Amino acid sequence: MFDFLIQGFDVALSPMNLGLAFLGALLGTLFGALPGIGPINGIAILMPLAYTLGLPAESALILLAGVYTGAEYGGRMSSILLNVPGDAGAVMTTLDGHPLAKKGLAGPALGLSAVSSFVGATIAIIGLTLFAPLLAEVAVMFGPAEFFALMVFAFASMSVMMGNDPIKTGIGAVLGVLIAMVGVDSGTGVMRYTFGMAELYDGIDFVVMIIGLFAISEILLMLEHAHGKNANQEMPPLGRVMVSAKELLYCKWAMLRSGVIGFIVGVLPGTGASVAGAVTYTTEKRLSDKHNTFGTGDMRGLAAPEAGNNASAAGSFVPMLTLGIPGSGTTAVLLGALMLYNITPGPMLFTERPEVAGGLIASLYIGNLVLLALNLPLAGLFAKTLTMPRWVLVPGIAILAFVGVYQLHSDLMAIYLMLIVGVFGYALRKLGFSLAPVILGYVLGGLMEDNLRRALSISGGEVGILWDSAISICLWIAAAMLLVLPWLLSRAFSRKSPVTA
Amino acid sequence: MKFNTAFLRRSAAAVIGAALMTGSVHAFAKPTECIAPAKPGGGYDLTCRLAANSLQETGLIDQPMMVSYMPGGIGAVAYNHVNGVRKDDPNLIVAASTGAAVNLALGKFGQYDADEVRWLGALGVDYGAIVVKADAPWQNLKELAQDLKTQPGKIVFGAGGTVGSQDWMKAALTAKAADVSPRDLRYVAFEGGGESLAALLGEHIHVFTGDLSELRPHLDSGKVRVLAALAEERVGGPYADIPTAAEQGYDVQWPIWRGYYMGPDVSDEAYNTWVERLKELAGTEQFAEMRDARGLFPMERYGDNFDTYVKEMVVQFKELAKEVGLTQ
Repeated sequence: MFDFLIQGFDVALSPMNLGLAFLGALLGTLFGALPGIGPINGIAILMPLAYTLGLPAESALILLAGVYTGAEYGGRMSSILLNVPGDAGAVMTTLDGHPLAKKGLAGPALGLSAVSSFVGATIAIIGLTLFAPLLAEVAVMFGPAEFFALMVFAFASMSVMMGNDPIKTGIGAVLGVLIAMVGVDSGTGVMRYTFGMAELYDGIDFVVMIIGLFAISEILLMLEHAHGKNANQEMPPLGRVMVSAKELLYCKWAMLRSGVIGFIVGVLPGTGASVAGAVTYTTEKRLSDKHNTFGTGDMRGLAAPEAGNNASAAGSFVPMLTLGIPGSGTTAVLLGALMLYNITPGPMLFTERPEVAGGLIASLYIGNLVLLALNLPLAGLFAKTLTMPRWVLVPGIAILAFVGVYQLHSDLMAIYLMLIVGVFGYALRKLGFSLAPVILGYVLGGLMEDNLRRALSISGGEVGILWDSAISICLWIAAAMLLVLPWLLSRAFSRKSPVTA
Repeated sequence: MKFNTAFLRRSAAAVIGAALMTGSVHAFAKPTECIAPAKPGGGYDLTCRLAANSLQETGLIDQPMMVSYMPGGIGAVAYNHVNGVRKDDPNLIVAASTGAAVNLALGKFGQYDADEVRWLGALGVDYGAIVVKADAPWQNLKELAQDLKTQPGKIVFGAGGTVGSQDWMKAALTAKAADVSPRDLRYVAFEGGGESLAALLGEHIHVFTGDLSELRPHLDSGKVRVLAALAEERVGGPYADIPTAAEQGYDVQWPIWRGYYMGPDVSDEAYNTWVERLKELAGTEQFAEMRDARGLFPMERYGDNFDTYVKEMVVQFKELAKEVGLTQ
C-alpha cells in the first residue's frame, strides 16, 4: 500500500533533490518572512526557473513544495517581531506572538512557533499519507451551502474574541465585511463601491489590507511615540533565546488539536491558511483560555495558529493530488506546474507516476525536518531584530511595506490604498479597536457572501438549501452551541456559587 | 579618520555599483516587455511567458523579455495604462484573450473601446467545453438541450466567472442554441475552474462550462463526461473523441484565444516588426512544443487579420449582451 512512499523517499533522498528541498525551504522561509511576498508569488517566480533549468518533474515539485511549506514557517517572524503578518496565514500569529516579544520573549516565541509549525505540518503530512483519497471524496461534498454554514460557524467562534469589548469587536468585524464588498460582485459582475475606478474592480487586495492595516498603522504608532518621553525606551532586553521543554509541553494540546483542525480546513477546496489560522486560534481560546490570558502573550495562542496554518498548507495537497482540484491559491499554481510537465493529477497519479506523488509527499516529510532545523537556531538571530533602534526599524518596515505592495501591483494606486487603509487602521487602534476582527470579517465575510449567493442561485432563491445536508446541519448546531453554551454555563455556575459560598 | 576611510570605501563601492548598473542598463538598451494584466500564475501570466520563453529560445529576441504584472479589473487597469501612459512604446506588448473582448463589449474597460489599441496577433487558442459528471443522465448535447428546454430551472450551470463573463457566455450561448432564454438560465459563479469542478463532482451543480485544456487531467479519470467541445472542428490528440457542438446540431463556438495588443500610437514599423516576429515564431518546431505543453491549440491570426477578428468579436458580444439584458 505504501509502495509509493518508499519509492518516494528513494527519489527525495537523492543528493540533488535533498539539496532542492533545502533550497526551497530556505527561499520559502525568506518569501514568507517578507511582507507582501507570499507563497503564491514565490512559487510563481520560481516555477519558470525550475522549468527552464530542465529539472525533472519530481525535483521541480520538491523545490516548489519546499517554498510553499517554508513560506508558512517564515510568515510568523514579522508577525511576532514587528506585529506585521508576513503572509495571509500569519495574521492570528500577531495576537499573542507580538505581546510575547514585547515581554522580552521573542526568542522563545520564535522557537515555540517553529516547533508548533513542525508539529502541525507533521500531523497534516501523516494525514495526507494515510487518508488522502478518502478525504478527497468528503471534501467535494462541501458545496456552497455547506461552506456558508462553515462560515457561520467561523463567525460564531469569533465571538470568543469579543472579550472585554463585544461592541468594538462586532463593529470591527462588520467594517471588515464592508471592505470585502468593494469590487466586482462575484455573482452578477456588477461593480460595488468602485467609484468608477478600474483599480478597485478587483476589490481591496489582501496584501494591501494586511500591510496597510498592520504595518502602516504600526509605523504611525512608532512615529507618534518617537518624540515622547518613552522615545528611548526600546524593547525590553532579550531574555532567553531558546524555548524551554516546559513551555513546549504546556502547548502540546494546542499544537495537536490545531494541527488536526488546520489539516481539515486545508483539505476543503477554497479555504486556505488564513481561515485555518482564524479557526484554530478561536477554537483554542474557547477551549483553554480559562484566565483570559489570550491576546496578552499566551504561548498557546501562538502555538495554535502556527500549527494550524502549516497543517492547512499540507492539507491543501489532498484535493490537488487526488482530484486535480487545488485546495488553495498556491496549490492552483502548483497544479499549473504539474500540467507543464504533462502530469495528470488525480487518483491515477499514485499508480501511474508514483515517483511524483511519493516523491512530493516524502519531500514534505524531509522539508519539514529541514525547516525545523533551519528555524530553531535562527530564532535567536532573528530575535535580535528587536534590539535595532527605532530609526532603523521604522524606515526598514516602511521600505518592506512599500516594496511589497508595489511589486504585487506595479501600480501607485495600490500604494495610496495601502496608506489609506493604514491611516484607517491607526485610527481604529487609537480608538481601542483590535485589528484581528477587522481582518477576519474581511476574509470570512467575502467567503460567506459568495457562498450564500452561490447556494441561493443553485436553489433558485429557496432558503432551505442552507440546512439541507447533514454536514450543514451539524455546522449550524455547532455554531449555535458556541454562542449559547458559554452563556448557559456561566448562568449555571453563577447560580451554584452563592450556594457553595 | 577611521570613519572617513570606511565612509570613503563605502561610497566608492556605491559609485562602482551604480556605474555597473547603468552599464548593464545601457547594454540592454531596449529590452522587450510583456504586461500580464493579472497577478502571477494565471492565464495572462501564461500568455506572456509563452511569448517570453519561446522568443528567447528561438533567438528571435536577443535579450530576455521582461514580464510585468498589472492586475486590476480583469485587464482594465492595464488597458487604461497602455491607452493613457505608454501609447507608443514599440517594445511593449500586452497579453489579452477572449475575456478581454467580452469586457470591452460590456464597457468594463472604462472610457476606451476596442478600436483604441493595435491588436497584434494570437499565438494559441483553447476552446470552451460543456462538461457533466460521469453518471449524469445526459449522454450528449442533444439530451441536455432537450431537458433544458422542458425544465430550465432544474439544471444548474456553474463555472469560474460572473454573470456576463466568458464562462457565463458559454452557458448562455448553449441555452440560446437550445431555444432557452439565457435569462431563465440557472447559473452559479465560482472562483476559478477548480472550484467549479469540485462543485460538479460533489453534485452541487449539474453542468460545468469550462475550457478543454483544464479538463486534460480529468479526461482519463472517468469522473466527468465532456458533452461537447465549443470548437470549429474536432480537436486532435487526447480530445479526439469529444464531438463539437456543431456536429450535434448546435451552432455554439467559444474559442479562447491567447494573444497580444500594443499601444494605440505605436508606429506601423514597430507593429509590423512584431507581426513578422510572431509569424516567424509560430513556424518553429520549438514553439509548437512549448505551446502544446501549455495546453494550447494552434491559431494563426496576425496583424490586420487579427485586428478585424477581435473587433468583430467585440461587436458580436455587444449584440449578445444587449439581447440578454446585460447592457442597455
